[in-house]
Amino acid sequence: MNSSALIHAVIDGVLTGSVYALMATGLTLIFGVMDIINVAQGIFVILGAYLSYALSVHWGIDPFVGLAITIPTLFFVGIAVEKAFFGRLKGPEKTAMSILVTYAISLVIEGTLNMVFTVNYVQIQAWYVNKSFRLFGVWFPYIYVFGFIMAAIMLSGLYILLYRTRFGASIRASLADQTAAALVGIDVRRVSTICFGIGIALTAPGGMIFGATNTFNASTSYDLISRLLTIIVLGGMGSLGGALLAGILMVTLEDLVGVIWSPVWSTLSFFLVLVIVLSVRPQGLFGKQSARVA
Amino acid sequence: MLLQKKNLLWVVALVIALFVPQMITNPAYRQIAVITLIFTACTTSWNMFSGYSGYVALGSAAFYGTGAYTMALVANHMHVPGNGDMFWLVPLGGLAAVLVAIPVGLVALRVRRHTFVVITIAIFFVFQLSAINANFTGGTGGLTLPYVPWQIQNYHLPFYYVALVVLVFAILLSAGVRRSRFGLQLLAIRDDEDRALGLGVKVFQVKLTGFAMSAFTFGMGGALYAMMQGQIYPQFVFDPMFDITIALMAFFGGFGTLLGPIIGGLVLESAQQYLTVTYSNGSLYLILFGVLFLLVILFMPQGIVVFVRDRMAQRQDRLESATKPASTETPVAQGVHS
Repeated sequence: MNSSALIHAVIDGVLTGSVYALMATGLTLIFGVMDIINVAQGIFVILGAYLSYALSVHWGIDPFVGLAITIPTLFFVGIAVEKAFFGRLKGPEKTAMSILVTYAISLVIEGTLNMVFTVNYVQIQAWYVNKSFRLFGVWFPYIYVFGFIMAAIMLSGLYILLYRTRFGASIRASLADQTAAALVGIDVRRVSTICFGIGIALTAPGGMIFGATNTFNASTSYDLISRLLTIIVLGGMGSLGGALLAGILMVTLEDLVGVIWSPVWSTLSFFLVLVIVLSVRPQGLFGKQSARVA
Repeated sequence: MLLQKKNLLWVVALVIALFVPQMITNPAYRQIAVITLIFTACTTSWNMFSGYSGYVALGSAAFYGTGAYTMALVANHMHVPGNGDMFWLVPLGGLAAVLVAIPVGLVALRVRRHTFVVITIAIFFVFQLSAINANFTGGTGGLTLPYVPWQIQNYHLPFYYVALVVLVFAILLSAGVRRSRFGLQLLAIRDDEDRALGLGVKVFQVKLTGFAMSAFTFGMGGALYAMMQGQIYPQFVFDPMFDITIALMAFFGGFGTLLGPIIGGLVLESAQQYLTVTYSNGSLYLILFGVLFLLVILFMPQGIVVFVRDRMAQRQDRLESATKPASTETPVAQGVHS
């Protein structure tokens, strides 16, 4: 172990962490607006990865260019899923039921992906996937840097949508208090549907980078969703900034533990940090203290 | 008491359960029967905490795995002979699970429901990864238990009856809790935790006790499973599918009811095991399973038990309103149904 390995671990952690942050932002947005824990987020990431993979293998479309197709596709898939299933969910067990519904959805998608793409592991290929460049004496893999830039663009876009548009204001109002939002004339149902679409659409770029940096098949989604859930709980459920920061922190920490100690324990550290943080701060790093649970 | 209609049904069900192995002689199907009983016991126990208190736990596989590893480690290190004596380790597995559940509960139960779900998942992964990476657990290779030299034809018979005892225990415990003051406190937490707290329910202690109690059955189930298989692997006894399956079975039957998880467990687990044995195509099975669940959740969101009960109540209402002379004051509820 030397200092350059540590620097690499931190740089890689920040670069890949931003992509996890992007995926987790979608998840926490859905939870914040709809009180839905979308455990299908993991399989949607894999679906996004497979879409990019199929486009590049069959039509030779560059994965980044392919996003112009995959992002809208997943947005409309999200809208369709929301319309079909979540309008019916009501009552005190809504959140618990949402876990089961989204889990059932993910089973269906997983089975379909297994049938279409088989269970063999694949990876998205492009000229920049296995190349690096050197800057200030540090090697940067192209794909990590591109992924970071893309995540930054996407997250800025989301920021502008949320804080600079009228529709964003209604999303933020729904995040803060659904009843109050409905009372001032916001169509919370419509906001929910579109938020779900946005949350799912964010898995397309996330999945593309994930698929280019990892080999994957449909069952990789279990590992993904457990990480994403950990990130949003650590950040405070429903907090967008929290998800962003926690995503970068957690992945960096995982990389550091992998370098300092052993890669075997790095994933474990991920979950241990969550348990430790929550025993000190039950609402997560940026979560609001829930005053009263109806 | 015993001859009341309701109790009679339970007795009939028990008698049928006692004779099931006589009707099924194929060892493969007997194994399905044992696993179904273990899962039904776990679902009943899960519902005793999660169903009554509303705190959906998705990490109970940690306790199932703890029971399985307790059985394997103790049997190996104490040189327990591979025969019926090993069944005495089943309650020990349960006890180990309770001891593990207490510190887990101390951390996980500090937060409210939504976050609790996710923390239990995280804690589950801590257990799974530890089992894979630690030395004493044998890593991914798992552990081999003492060989039980029973004939293949009747190998599963003793396991069946022990599993049945575990299930009956879980049902009696769940029914006992439901009727007790403690059970009412759990239900009060589900309805409105803050109000329950305001009314003097020691919510944290109540939740922790319920959580630890439910772990006992999980530990016993895991220990029994380990003994029957003779070999355990971390990814199978600490299986994320386990918790989802348990939760789905409870919701399928009826979340928070006594009977629901039993029906859900018996129907679904046997169907699932049967499908896995029959169809080698796992993908088709995933799709079928997913679609079935979506249908059940969307059309019977309260589960089968509540759905059937409501239908029967509606029919009763209709019959009564048909025979009664029309009155000027129609109760609102009846007006809706007819």
